[in-house]
Amino acid sequence: MIHVTTTINGDETEFVCDPRETLLDVLRDRLSLTGAKEGCGTGDCGACSVTVDGTVVCSCLVLGAEAEGKEIGTVEGIATGEDLHPIQQKFLDHAALQCGICTPGILVATKALLEKHPDPTETQVRYWLAGNLCRCTGYDKIIRAVMDAAKDMRSAA
Amino acid sequence: MAFDEAKKDFNLIGTRPARPDGIDKVTGRAQFGADKAAPGQLHAAILRSPHAHARIKSIDTSAAEKAKGVKGIVTRADFATGLKGEMWNKLENVMAGEKALYDGHAIAAVAATSALAAKDALKLIKVDFEVLDHVTNVDESMKDGAPVIREGAAGPSTPEGMHPNVVGFYSSGHGDVDAGFADADLVIEDTFTTEATHQGYIEPHACLAQMGKDGKGEVWCCTQGHFNVAKVCGHLLGTEASQIRVTASEIGGGFGGKTEVFIEPVALALAKKTNRPVKLVMSRSEVFRASGPTASASMDIKIGMKKDGTMTAGRGVFRLQGGAFPGAPGTFTAMCAFAPYALENVSQEAYDVMTNRPKQAAYRAPGSPMAAFAVESVVDELCNQLGLDPIEVRLKNASREGSKASFGINWPRIGLVECLEAAKAHPHYSTAIPENGGRGVSCGFWFNHGGETAVSLALAEDGTVSLSVGTPDIGGSRASMCMMAAEELGIKYDDIRTTIADTATLGYNEISHGSRVTYASGLATIEAARDTIKKLCKRAAAKWGIDEDAVYWEDGFAKPSGPNAGEFEPMSLAKIASKMGATGGPIVGHYEATPEGAGVSFAVHIVDAEVDKETGSTSVGRYTVIQDAGKAIHPSYVEGQFQGGAAQGIGWALNEEYIYGEDGRLQNAGFLDYRIPVASDLPMIDTVIVEVPNPGHPYGVRGVGETSICPPLAAIANAVSNAAGVRMKSLPMSPPRILKALDEA
Repeated sequence: MIHVTTTINGDETEFVCDPRETLLDVLRDRLSLTGAKEGCGTGDCGACSVTVDGTVVCSCLVLGAEAEGKEIGTVEGIATGEDLHPIQQKFLDHAALQCGICTPGILVATKALLEKHPDPTETQVRYWLAGNLCRCTGYDKIIRAVMDAAKDMRSAA
Repeated sequence: MAFDEAKKDFNLIGTRPARPDGIDKVTGRAQFGADKAAPGQLHAAILRSPHAHARIKSIDTSAAEKAKGVKGIVTRADFATGLKGEMWNKLENVMAGEKALYDGHAIAAVAATSALAAKDALKLIKVDFEVLDHVTNVDESMKDGAPVIREGAAGPSTPEGMHPNVVGFYSSGHGDVDAGFADADLVIEDTFTTEATHQGYIEPHACLAQMGKDGKGEVWCCTQGHFNVAKVCGHLLGTEASQIRVTASEIGGGFGGKTEVFIEPVALALAKKTNRPVKLVMSRSEVFRASGPTASASMDIKIGMKKDGTMTAGRGVFRLQGGAFPGAPGTFTAMCAFAPYALENVSQEAYDVMTNRPKQAAYRAPGSPMAAFAVESVVDELCNQLGLDPIEVRLKNASREGSKASFGINWPRIGLVECLEAAKAHPHYSTAIPENGGRGVSCGFWFNHGGETAVSLALAEDGTVSLSVGTPDIGGSRASMCMMAAEELGIKYDDIRTTIADTATLGYNEISHGSRVTYASGLATIEAARDTIKKLCKRAAAKWGIDEDAVYWEDGFAKPSGPNAGEFEPMSLAKIASKMGATGGPIVGHYEATPEGAGVSFAVHIVDAEVDKETGSTSVGRYTVIQDAGKAIHPSYVEGQFQGGAAQGIGWALNEEYIYGEDGRLQNAGFLDYRIPVASDLPMIDTVIVEVPNPGHPYGVRGVGETSICPPLAAIANAVSNAAGVRMKSLPMSPPRILKALDEA
């Protein structure tokens, strides 16, 4: 077993894990942070998206041990207290989720997109989110929610 | 039951409030199948057959039992014996008996102290297989000499003298099709094929189970039908349904694929054997190999048409491959095929064929999309060759109220003509077709379903409402239920909380399938609210000392029904509720029924596609869905169903297919190789909600979840064929298939 010290959503966190365990396994099974989902375990669906030092990754492709000394961000850290982040609110306003299993990963990816590109085109949004599979919505309402959130965040900035 | 007149003046219905489960789902708090843990739980893993067809001569688990962390192993010997019919089929699929019937068929399962330990132990189980010849193609499976999956599986409908793999047959029709063809100016006859696809829900099957020696069990799982899980588990474990309490988790997509039971009985058997809670989660490759993809199909279609566009006759023969068990939806395929057309002469027949593949499951309108692909392709070709407008031809021949359906009934009030008129009027249809592009149009049809339904509605003393329904929420239905209850009771949307009750808390509810939830649970919710209102009026009448018939309910208040009833201050729901303990006890409304008035739904899709003739790749340019919803309760979620079905249809038409190797093994059991549409593949999907009320629902609701996947295969095939200048007869229209068709043209 490996001992790891890391920061998750701003909180210093320690855990032990098997060298074969992924960051996703650790988040879900050892730290009870079940917001990130395992849709495939092979980096194809994006449901387990988290940020590691600000970069979006599939946490199923990162080993738990690799979290040592890193800053991890998950869907549980997007809202501030009881205040939803604008992208969370826009997903509700636009009915941009049906089952909601892909939503945590898409929100993590969207937050990173808008931090980097506050004024994305529709095509940019579609390609940025191409690694996050959604099977329910056909993406239409998701894209609209992201574009609308970007607009609001720009005018608030 | 028929409702004489659908309610029309609404306060809430047709608005778009935020869904009640929304905050949980955007903050990561919502608990899906794999998100729950129990103290002391074990993790399970399933050993699966690497062979498409093999006799299981022996299973040696001794080495695995001694492995570190292993607490228990089950095989078929740990399940009920003596099952018959469909329950035997279900057990045989959940855990193989004498033979492995497909690549991925479960052979044994291990519970261990960690998921890694369980997976490691699988490698220590020794299975002695005698590999048998296999067949995975529907047409091959019907031929003399094809390997027999199982003798004696054929149902009574199967004609004599057919291969034992043909297990079901259906035929219907009317008129004289040969005379109809003789009457036509042009007759086109062709053969079409579609491949098996998967629903592709992003959440793999997952459950957490506990069971004691006394046969009492608890299951938490992602399912479209937890009451059905209890029933099936009861049979397969040799106990009773009521001893197994099943709670439906949040469900990460289903589309029909989570109507079946795969892992819950295995987790229960392991829990019983180890006396520990057991968590079992499928991997993605297990989902592809061993859950329920669609049937694949091979179809012969012949249609005659006059120069003016009148269709004179239609004939279809449908052969559906449904995996290693009976149940391919050939009957639905045949019934849906010509449903959009009022044909004087029509005949259709279907064969249900077994192969060495996983048992097919429903995937939104099972059987209908492939039928529409075949029939609507021929209709499009007839229009092209006769120089006719595809929407005008469909309007000319459209099924409408009173016309005789291809499968025999006389149509009640239906909305196909309204959908076609809306399509014709839509700006999409009058814009120029892009250069190098093609436009495709198609109709689609699905029956929709009612089914056993029970709902309970309890008042709290503060005037708020707890609504319990038994149909898992697969697309935002809790929002619709809150809206319908609030509409009836005259209280605020936010004052109602809808819960998916577990199997011990509510009467039996059929699975969330057949587009039935907003229709049937919605109807039951409205009736339960009306039952509650009667009880509220009775309390007010008692308080006022007047007859209860002299009290009526309006906008959240009990009121005396006129000057003769007396002068009383209207009493709000909250006021009556606050005193209910002292005025007769808790107020609970309920409704139980098997509503049979589900209204069918038709749709028309228009799509523009461009084909790159060098690479064979297709891009979808503009897409419009027009569908009859009867009455849209929450329009955003109706649109969402339209868009989602269209997107899945685009995947089915262009990319998705189960690819089996010569060895009978599935070669693309992952999202990298089984590629579903991603955000950059798709355009915005425009929607038009047509509302032709269903007389079988108090507000006119028709189910909308399934019809949306019926037209897209055909609409895209027509667009691609028109763009490429060659008729595409096999799905998916992947680049190699398009290049081959262009080559051969």
